[in-house]
Amino acid sequence: METEFTPWLSLGGGMLIGASAVLLMATNGRIAGISGLTSSIFASSTKGEARGVSALFVLGLLLAAPIWMLVSGSWPQQWVPSSPLLMTVAGLLVGFGATYGNGCTSGHGVCGISRGSARSILATITFMATAFLTVLVARHIIGG
Amino acid sequence: MKQIFAILSGLVFGFGLIISGMSDPAKVLNFLDLFGTWDPSLAFVMGGAIAVTAPGFFWLTRQRSQPFFHTRFHIPTRTDVDPKLLSGAAIFGVGWGLGGFCPGPALTALPIGASGTLIFVPFMLVGMWLARNTPDFGRSKQQGAPS
Repeated sequence: METEFTPWLSLGGGMLIGASAVLLMATNGRIAGISGLTSSIFASSTKGEARGVSALFVLGLLLAAPIWMLVSGSWPQQWVPSSPLLMTVAGLLVGFGATYGNGCTSGHGVCGISRGSARSILATITFMATAFLTVLVARHIIGG
Repeated sequence: MKQIFAILSGLVFGFGLIISGMSDPAKVLNFLDLFGTWDPSLAFVMGGAIAVTAPGFFWLTRQRSQPFFHTRFHIPTRTDVDPKLLSGAAIFGVGWGLGGFCPGPALTALPIGASGTLIFVPFMLVGMWLARNTPDFGRSKQQGAPS
């Protein structure tokens, strides 16, 4: 299924993501890494203050689409794979991998690269590579 | 005050994901499909985000010794590249390529209520919990890094 190339919306949305990362760092001193923030909510090692910041940030994320719906009158356009088995496996791998590897697209890909972190640059190259390969195999070798 | 800014940051992040198209797995999967219906949009998302975050972080940490409503900047200090980092990233990438969701977009899309999202998010949380409770095998064995 084709999707429309949206360079300006994507650039603008990306800049908002960056603004959010700078805002969270400026006010709370935290890295806007979604896997880190989310998993810290239920990690026993997290201190109360950090858990509160994480939970509120995630609450903000969860409120974005409903507010979008209230203002614009329709949900954001999306298509989500519906196979229960596929989404079960994908969810487990994403949650486990991102947390085990200390970060996902936001923590390593945006915040880490912005800090010039070698760890984050290597992690981003790695997950990009396996993601490209996975789609290649799923769509053109198995699904071909 | 810091609580309000924590929610606000999450909200702005969510709007960014929606506007950029990142919360739509169809666009993510097409970005990853170089040899098929390639949609390069998401390169612009990352570019735009880094273009704001890099100078923002640089300016912040130069100009201020602490955040506005907290005692210190919690910035990662590790510089070692270990098997745990790379194996975790590799596993994450496979899941991302299968479902088209990474953690932020999945949480943002959750209230929209697509059946795939309603399955993905709980299992993502289970995966996160498992990772938080998995020991670092690479520490003792020094293996497990992807080639």
